[in-house]
Amino acid sequence: MERLTFDLAAQPLRELNTFLHTGAKEGKVGHVTVLNPDGAHNIAVGLDCPIQVEVVGHAGYYAGGMNKTATVTITGSAGTGVAENMMSGKVHVKGFASNGAGASAHGGLLVIEGDAGLRCGISLKGGNIVVGGSVGSFSAFMAQAGRMVICGNAGDALGDSLYEAVLYVKGSVKSLGADAQYEPMTDEDVAVVASLLDQAGLAHDAKDFKRIASKRSLYHWNADANQEY
Amino acid sequence: METKPVHFKNISREESYGYDRKTLDYIRNAAAHGLYEIRGMGAKRKLPNFDDLVFLGASMSRYPLEGYREKCITKTLLGTRFAKKPIELEIPITIAGMSFGSLSANVKEALGRAATEVGTSTTTGDGGMTPEERQSSKTLIYQCLPSRYGFNPDDVRRADAIEVVIGQGAKPGGGGMLLGQKVSARVAGMRTLPEGIDQRSACRHPDWTGPDDLAIKIQELREITDWEKPIYVKVGATRTFNDVKLAVHSGADVIVVDGMQGGTAATQTCFIEHVGIPTLAAVRQAVNALEDLDMKGKVQLVVSGGVRTGADVAKALAMGADAVAIGQGVLIALGCNGETYFQNGAHHSAEADYNALGCASGYCHHCHTGKCPVGITTQDAILEQRLNPAVAANHLKNYLKTLNMELTTIARACGKQNVHHLEPEDLVALTIEAAAMAGVPLAGTNWIPGKGF
Ligand code: SF4
Repeated sequence: MERLTFDLAAQPLRELNTFLHTGAKEGKVGHVTVLNPDGAHNIAVGLDCPIQVEVVGHAGYYAGGMNKTATVTITGSAGTGVAENMMSGKVHVKGFASNGAGASAHGGLLVIEGDAGLRCGISLKGGNIVVGGSVGSFSAFMAQAGRMVICGNAGDALGDSLYEAVLYVKGSVKSLGADAQYEPMTDEDVAVVASLLDQAGLAHDAKDFKRIASKRSLYHWNADANQEY
Repeated sequence: METKPVHFKNISREESYGYDRKTLDYIRNAAAHGLYEIRGMGAKRKLPNFDDLVFLGASMSRYPLEGYREKCITKTLLGTRFAKKPIELEIPITIAGMSFGSLSANVKEALGRAATEVGTSTTTGDGGMTPEERQSSKTLIYQCLPSRYGFNPDDVRRADAIEVVIGQGAKPGGGGMLLGQKVSARVAGMRTLPEGIDQRSACRHPDWTGPDDLAIKIQELREITDWEKPIYVKVGATRTFNDVKLAVHSGADVIVVDGMQGGTAATQTCFIEHVGIPTLAAVRQAVNALEDLDMKGKVQLVVSGGVRTGADVAKALAMGADAVAIGQGVLIALGCNGETYFQNGAHHSAEADYNALGCASGYCHHCHTGKCPVGITTQDAILEQRLNPAVAANHLKNYLKTLNMELTTIARACGKQNVHHLEPEDLVALTIEAAAMAGVPLAGTNWIPGKGF
């Protein structure tokens, strides 16, 4: 398989993305290296083939957004909305990620080795997220399906208005959001966490994690419940 | 025989203006349920609207066109600013975004068929794109909503344009709602939700906040689609002058402004009636904003919320809109609020079903219940059979054709060979309120309130 290099200091972003949407699909190029990303937004968005993309440096907003089947690695940090609405494949951030990482991801795996900002995994719809560090407040807000593994700590209101997504946290949780609750870890949970940690390449003991899921008390309008959101 | 004087007791019926029967009813309901009322359709209260404007037809100072002989162009282009493939429509009347989930799959199909036949577009809603609507609709606008239910890159690529929804006229600042009765297995699957739950969706987008972020989000959608597809931005009408300016700055190709008369399938009544501004006021503010930025004609404006007739369309265009979008009018054309439904070649009364919902035909706003008596806003396997897509599509086609004929009739009378040449100078207002909101003179005067004499 061929390897290609795009230098964003010399080539416009549109050229890179257009190649990744069209030329890459021919299957001759297996690996693309992106140099000098310099925080550019929308790098490698909307990919739809199993190509490997390595962004050497820091990416701006929405890196790897709406990814399908591709593997996007960012050696530096990523801006807001990394891997937003990912369908499948993998996005791996070696550094930190800003707000809304993995927002509404329907599938695939997002790995953030460092910390993630606010609202990590918001509206998650089936994707998996593994964060090596800590996550900010309102993470997993309204998360519908999928799993989040947080190796560090979580901020305020973790899992607020959760639907069916499940969260696993190793460190401390500043506070749980409305309708989120701790539940006992089953053997199945331990196996799931171990497998995700393994896929992320992070060494932690799966047994050290706590499970958080929805109380499901907000699933139906209830006149007798005081609105305690 | 002695006759007794007859005494008639005087029963007082002095109604209180503040505590009229509607208010009494509201308070009793609140006391009985402890929950706000949720309902469908749009604002029911009397608002200044397009009926408060009239056209100044041509006479001595202007020259009319012959109604039946001279051509009047209705072609409409949307998305000419950045997109490589702008939307080309035969008429400036489009179908507003309504979700599969709120509407049945049959209705979505009917909308697509009718729109395709008359050469206009349909729009998805909160809940993703169904194969039925993509197949039946030649020009399909794909909404990107805060909930992102069912939102996926394949449908982004399949769409003809993308509409980033910030808000809607019925509930600017509010998120979507779909009550459990309508969250069927298929709807739940498309939205990744447990079946039968009362769905509450987010009111803010998950991955951006504010206009600077939106600019990057729009650029992302352009990059994903290789700059081919127009990007619309839809706002519910509130601070429309500023919102339209910010949408232009964010890089929108088309701006959709939805006034407070705009419909909904399920929203709190207090929201529908008390948040947002009337469409008439919103159009003026939107056009002013575009003119202020010298973007009129470069960024197109679509107006929705209570557009019902060809005259309404003509007035919206004269005020500066490039096109309109219709939701409730379209549903009514399909049979909403009708006394009967048409099934197996015969009309059947729907009245008992309206009564079961606690209303009657003509008064129904019960889309949220999922028990639409005429099979439109339902996911019920039996009720949805009450709407035949072919018959419904035919009615909708007739409705759209009628509106378009009315529109061109008015345009010709004003001497325009192209409906897009209608201008504010063709309009005057019948009320001071409408004159002030629409920014056109009160009929018979030169007075535009707020602009001096
Ligand atoms: S008839 Fe159906 S679509 Fe019309 S208001 Fe009633 S429930 Fe809604």
